[in-house]
Amino acid sequence: MSTLQPLSGWARWPRRTCNTAPLDPGRLADLSPQAGQGMIARGHGRSYGDIAMNPDLTLMGALRNRILSFDAASGELVAEAGLSIAEILQVFVPRGWFPAVTPGTKFVTMAGLIAVDAHGKNHHKVGSFGDHVLWFDLYCADGQTRRCSREQNIDLFNATIGGNGLTGHILTVCTQLLQIHSGWITQKTLQASDLDQAIEIFEAHHDATYSVAWIDCLAKGAARGRSLVFLGEHATPDALEGAKAERPFDIPARRNLRMPMDAPSWALNSYTLRAFNRLYYRVNSGKPETQLVDYDTYFYPLDAILEWNRMYGKGGFAQYQCAFPLSSSREALLKLLGAISDAGLGSFLAVLKRFGPGSPERPLSFPMEGYTLALDFQLSPEALTLMTEMDEITCQHGGRLYMAKDSRMSQATLEAGYADGVPIFRSLRDATGSRPLFQSLLSQRLNL
Amino acid sequence: MTPADRPALILGARSGIARGIAAALAKRGHPLMLAARRAGELDSDVSDLSIRYNCAVTAHEFDVLDLDGHAGFLDGLPATPSIIICAIGVLGDQNRDAGDAQATKLIVDSNYLAPCLFLEQAATRMAEPGGSIVAIGSVAGDRGRAKNYVYGSAKAGFATYMSGLRQKYADSDLHVMTVKPGFVRTAMTEGMDLPGPLTSDAEPFAERVVSAMEKGRQVYSDLRWRALMAVITHLPERIFMKTKF
Ligand SMILES: Cc1cc2nc3c(=O)[nH]c(=O)nc-3n(C[C@H](O)[C@H](O)[C@H](O)COP(=O)(O)OP(=O)(O)OC[C@H]3O[C@@H](n4cnc5c(N)ncnc54)[C@H](O)[C@@H]3O)c2cc1C
Ligand SMILES: NC(=O)c1ccc[n+]([C@@H]2O[C@H](COP(=O)([O-])OP(=O)(O)OC[C@H]3O[C@@H](n4cnc5c(N)ncnc54)[C@H](OP(=O)(O)O)[C@@H]3O)[C@@H](O)[C@H]2O)c1
Repeated sequence: MSTLQPLSGWARWPRRTCNTAPLDPGRLADLSPQAGQGMIARGHGRSYGDIAMNPDLTLMGALRNRILSFDAASGELVAEAGLSIAEILQVFVPRGWFPAVTPGTKFVTMAGLIAVDAHGKNHHKVGSFGDHVLWFDLYCADGQTRRCSREQNIDLFNATIGGNGLTGHILTVCTQLLQIHSGWITQKTLQASDLDQAIEIFEAHHDATYSVAWIDCLAKGAARGRSLVFLGEHATPDALEGAKAERPFDIPARRNLRMPMDAPSWALNSYTLRAFNRLYYRVNSGKPETQLVDYDTYFYPLDAILEWNRMYGKGGFAQYQCAFPLSSSREALLKLLGAISDAGLGSFLAVLKRFGPGSPERPLSFPMEGYTLALDFQLSPEALTLMTEMDEITCQHGGRLYMAKDSRMSQATLEAGYADGVPIFRSLRDATGSRPLFQSLLSQRLNL
Repeated sequence: MTPADRPALILGARSGIARGIAAALAKRGHPLMLAARRAGELDSDVSDLSIRYNCAVTAHEFDVLDLDGHAGFLDGLPATPSIIICAIGVLGDQNRDAGDAQATKLIVDSNYLAPCLFLEQAATRMAEPGGSIVAIGSVAGDRGRAKNYVYGSAKAGFATYMSGLRQKYADSDLHVMTVKPGFVRTAMTEGMDLPGPLTSDAEPFAERVVSAMEKGRQVYSDLRWRALMAVITHLPERIFMKTKF
């Protein structure tokens, strides 16, 4: 049985009525997606654009979230692929284990993290989520379910990590958790008065376990690229005092707020954005350099405001995330920041991060050694024009865009950014018969 | 007695509502016995609940329609349950079932006859040590509607039976609670177009059911449904029959 329901990504645009059904392995054989339209699996829908939706058939996988086994000696966790990071944290932090890689929200499924090969604040040290996946079971176009790992079905394993759900449905996942000794993070905040300084700080702190910068995308002139770099380490019990040391995994429960309504469209403009960015810089640079924060506050600050995506009004928004090779990062970033502040468009939170080496064996995996920039734009004709301009800068500098955040790039931009990977991915899709069967609005738009 | 000394038996453990109740009980530390048809397929639920909540969970083959098997089933359990949750139910298809003896019998047997016989027997064993029986009926049993009166009338019978059982054991330590869900998102309601404000997800609903059980309530249903059904059940028949509800 299937249900019609309106779906969109986290950015709330585009929005389409989709035919949905539960992702139920026992019933996959009975599904008959309309010829030529295919189907796509979906997790918690925390990707931003049209990557996890297909109006003809979208299979909802987040309810398949059972934990199947856990090895308390090694930290190997086997679970149905809809298990979320939030659930992993809830169950395993008290036992001293943490996801090896986590994005900036915990409301994501393991399948979703594999499908976009998600990165965390520790990418420069440990790579992306796919690097910590030991194996998964994949329902393939021929109706067979295959175990994929670094030893078996290797091509499928590599293409599925970052494969946007287009190689098949991920059913079961085995992932390696990271051992921790408390639920606290020692956070260090460093100020950078311009882009060069921000880059210098990242390069000088390559040893930090976690690093990420908030960047003021509207600052002009000498302050262009002004940033706050946040470094983090899992705190060891000797860094804790009192009750925290006694119960190192107990962290304060957070009171969540909910965005009560869509913000009116006039609320966001270049004045309010500039003012917010200035204030954010001032407040945070006034804080002590080193602070102890719980993992929830450190990794998931935005999760505290449920439905914060309504802040951009009911027209939705678009997120732009690009990555550049190390050699061209500085020049590309300066040009992008110039274009953004000239346009006076931008977001509350723009994020800059140093990536470690990418994974060239995975055709569509996003990270590459160098820098990545992510920011949001409220949707408007001006923002769309700006983003097209940014695409050109990105392509000219050997960069690429993150498909998990995209809703609008052109096929040419994709093919330029993933020049080696796209042909390999397409031929694997053809060879396995997955091209007609597994499709999303994104794969149709980009002819993947 | 701590929850660890009060094992819970869950009948129809694969049901969406039962899964939620199992989690809510495990969270509190009750050992669980999951009972369902094709119990072999409950492996993943057993591992999930036992790993998540660090509690003992076992799976047991059980078909409530096997009336002669009830006593043997209860005897064969690893422990005498201190809590029984009955989430068994068959909705059927009103249009197809009405007037069909075979189909109507299946609905009546599954929702009324067999669960009542099972719980009657379980109650006699639990009366002495005491405990709770939580049985899931439905608001569909509160008033016969064209849409689902085969199922609804069976649930009505079930609710009346539970009310009798409750009174019979009123002076004992056995607590009998009837749950009347409105709409809960589960396999039973999959594909139905449910009204948002009157629909609940299984997990929060289950949490409310378990806390009502702990408070010793007699009948539990969600506030909005209680309000709605208070009106529906009081409408004179000649008016009700004209409504589309
Ligand atoms: C506030 C916020 C912060 C974020 N921060 C980061 C970050 O720091 N780093 C980062 O990398 N990403 C980040 N993201 C993006 C997010 O991590 C990814 O979009 C992730 O894929 C979302 O997981 P999901 O379960 O919601 O998947 P969905 O959005 O539902 O789906 C994403 C992809 O996974 C596929 N998929 C889902 N289930 C299956 C399945 N069972 N089998 C096969 N394919 C499947 C879908 O087809 C789709 O291609 C952030 C998102 C938000 C909203
Ligand atoms: N969901 C709602 O909106 C709603 C509303 C009102 C009342 N209810 C009631 O809530 C209870 C739970 O339902 P649900 O929504 O969770 O639906 P469900 O998932 O369909 O659960 C019904 C369960 O009953 C079991 N069952 C049926 N016949 C059985 C038999 N002969 N022996 C053993 N088990 C049997 C089924 O087991 P199998 O897996 O083996 O088929 C299934 O697990 C039911 O009593 C239902 O009537 C639900």
